[in-house]
Amino acid sequence: MLKILYFASVREKLGQGSEELALPGGVTDIAGLLGFLAQRGGPWESLATFRNLRYAVNQEMVRLDAPLRPGDEVAFFPPVTGG
Amino acid sequence: MVRVQEADFDVGVELAALRREHPQVGALVSFVGVVRELNDAAGVSEMLLEHYPGMTEKALAAIVDEARRRWTIIDATVIHRVGRLLPTDQIVLVAVSGGHRGEAFAACEFIMDYLKTRAPFWKRELTADGARWVAARAVDEQAAERWQG
Repeated sequence: MLKILYFASVREKLGQGSEELALPGGVTDIAGLLGFLAQRGGPWESLATFRNLRYAVNQEMVRLDAPLRPGDEVAFFPPVTGG
Repeated sequence: MVRVQEADFDVGVELAALRREHPQVGALVSFVGVVRELNDAAGVSEMLLEHYPGMTEKALAAIVDEARRRWTIIDATVIHRVGRLLPTDQIVLVAVSGGHRGEAFAACEFIMDYLKTRAPFWKRELTADGARWVAARAVDEQAAERWQG
């Protein structure tokens, strides 16, 4: 299973803050997972075009080609605005 | 020391803690971020700060570790508030102790610049026109990039 978290405007757009998902067949990295999620249609399509979307795996910021394994915690969020 | 909390903080207490029992400290540098009433030409009546529990603390600790690698400092305190904040409220404290001011100034500015672009916090503002997520600013990214290379 993957634990997926959505934060801030991403969470708002999708209407949910988290989900558990079995690693879909053929999905090996963040780019693949994004493609899988966007195919759900409706608000999920926005993930494919979200401007400057950021991703983290196991609480570390990563790039689109970061590999995914069962048990990973994945997060999608907009650019950070703290401070 | 890194803390994420809803409660306010007392800068005097935090600075005193950085010099207490550390007679080698010759410089204390601090930065306090405050909620502005006016942002992007709109009046802000309230701000809600969201974060990614777990990752936030790790990211802040990693930024402080990186500052320790780059400069000779003695200690550092980072406190970031979350939840509901009002104009004039304190948002963030970065305080650095060192033997001399030069390295403490640089480390403090570095920690703040990296926090702005690497720590998972998001601001949502309430204005007369409704609620809006604060957009990331290119100038913050440029400030962080100064420290690279």
